[in-house]
Amino acid sequence: MARIELKSLEHRYASSRKGKSSFAIEDLNIIWEDGTANALLGPSGCGKTTILNIISGLIKPTGGEVLFDGVEVNNRATRNRHIAQVFQFPVVYDTMSVMDNLAFPLRNRGHDEKEVQSRTGEIMELLDLNKLADMKAERLNPAEKQIVSLGRGIVRKDTVAVLLDEPLTVIDPVLKLDLRRKLRLVQRELKLTMIYVTHDQHEALTFADHVTIMKDGAVVQSDTPEGLFLKPSTPFVGYFIGSPGMNMIPCENNSAGLEVTGSPLFIPKSIGGKTDNLEGSIELGIRPEFVETSIKELPDWNRFEIRSLDHAGAYQILTLESGSIRIKSRVEDHFVSKEGDPVWVNFPTDKTNLYANGKLVTP
Amino acid sequence: MRQRPWLFLLPTLILMSISAFVPLMAVINYSLHTIFAGSTPEYVGLQNYTDVMGDPQFRGALRRQLTFSLIVLLIEIPIGVGIALCLPRKGPTVGLSLVLLGIPLLIPYNVVGIVWRLFTQSDIGVIPRVLSMFGYKYNVSLDASDAFMTILLVDVWHWTPLVVLLAYAGLQAIPQTFYQAAEVDGASTWKTFRYVTLPKLRSVLTLGLLIRFMDSFKVYSEPLLLTGGGPGNATTFMSLFVARKAEAYELGYAGASSIIYLYVVIVMSYILFQFINRPPEGKRA
Repeated sequence: MARIELKSLEHRYASSRKGKSSFAIEDLNIIWEDGTANALLGPSGCGKTTILNIISGLIKPTGGEVLFDGVEVNNRATRNRHIAQVFQFPVVYDTMSVMDNLAFPLRNRGHDEKEVQSRTGEIMELLDLNKLADMKAERLNPAEKQIVSLGRGIVRKDTVAVLLDEPLTVIDPVLKLDLRRKLRLVQRELKLTMIYVTHDQHEALTFADHVTIMKDGAVVQSDTPEGLFLKPSTPFVGYFIGSPGMNMIPCENNSAGLEVTGSPLFIPKSIGGKTDNLEGSIELGIRPEFVETSIKELPDWNRFEIRSLDHAGAYQILTLESGSIRIKSRVEDHFVSKEGDPVWVNFPTDKTNLYANGKLVTP
Repeated sequence: MRQRPWLFLLPTLILMSISAFVPLMAVINYSLHTIFAGSTPEYVGLQNYTDVMGDPQFRGALRRQLTFSLIVLLIEIPIGVGIALCLPRKGPTVGLSLVLLGIPLLIPYNVVGIVWRLFTQSDIGVIPRVLSMFGYKYNVSLDASDAFMTILLVDVWHWTPLVVLLAYAGLQAIPQTFYQAAEVDGASTWKTFRYVTLPKLRSVLTLGLLIRFMDSFKVYSEPLLLTGGGPGNATTFMSLFVARKAEAYELGYAGASSIIYLYVVIVMSYILFQFINRPPEGKRA
């Protein structure tokens, strides 16, 4: 396993129009520490898969460096990079048995048969594949195929990193959980450096210790799942992470302090006080989970009106309105109210983030 | 309304019975009679079948036919796949290559026969000319093996493009990730072909194999126009044999050999299909 570093990496795809090319990724700097579970999260088309293919050498970047343990590998061929890659659609060698599938990368590299047998045995044990060992791979279900292709990746002891490209896309919801648990188990057991690409925040946050969020070919924020949830560095992250995303409330900074644009909402002094030197567009960000909501009137709380209620099992999502401001609030399921009812809302200071010109203002 | 499905099947069944069932019944009926022009057919039971089976000419034609079809498959399938692998995958040359390859398929059978007859004519043909430069005396109408090889060559020229087109379509349908995975797994070019490309081509190649087997088993117009089945019986394949008998107005005999011929085609195709399409090994736990 190794520490993987991307240094001012860029990649352009040749455009269909002559002479023009477009950036898939631009000036990218990411470090994945040895033996960690990482996720690369971002909307479709933001360059995630391109990055994986650059790490494994299937694509040669147009600029920048890829480093394995500090050594530049830009010109190293794919087969010599010792990368394991699990693709979106499970790839198995149909005509081979499960065991031969696992042994394939070892045999290709000329390991002796005794070693091949013992190593594939270990991996089958680890992945619970023993009872499928002799089955033709084409008869497996998609989840099993995906496990086999993971197994092919980790069977080599010299594997530098395991790259997973949306590996759960075609897996049944029931089996998804099981497969994700297995991935996590394998990662911990073998202390693998794993990079998991997905556009599903839930998968990323539950799998990884460290999540990198990308947008339009650039890194937006790189943090622990908790950090991303509590302190999103931009409104984009705030909105992208969480379900529903973070409430963003536009504000104005004037002589009287911070005021909500187009609404007489009251902002606690402890938040408003941090804004002395801020200029440009200012926004307050608060997650629906942290919005305190009451059906009784409370002093210094803001009055909103309920626009809609959405039941989501153990909780409800309320859409609240005050003037031109609309926010969402997450409340317990036994919160009794109906559309049009007034509610009183408070934004706890420590859970409210302040953004100026699209960047988090740290106190 | 349990009969409803039959109602919908009726038009097809009627058409099929006119085009296949009725003629087949007629042929079976012929095959059970001895028929002479002008006289009443005489019922002879399976006598014609016994005669055909014991006829060395029939056996020769069948043996020749099997050899021919086997060689055709052994040449056309690998070459077809090979050419498909060499074709460009994208860009402006794709259309051009496919059109060039498709040309032999567009030429009517009898034109193919006539064109190749001109090519191989021992006095004016280009093939004898070229071969004589290498010191080989080629003569399609005198040398039995020359004649057989020529028919083989014509068939390969005519039908390999079909295999190419099928294989090419099959290749295009293989997702790129399979090749990427093979690269990541460190597979050699040969292993990639053996374990990725070939298994993924199996269904189209099955189709190609079956089509080419059945078609080559029915080869008729090429030997008819090029060699007339000769020299001797060197290129008298099954269809030619049956046609000769029918032309000689031995209708009962021709009918019996047709039925045997049909039976052989069906049985061989079935065996081939079973062999290629056998279910994957290993049981689900």
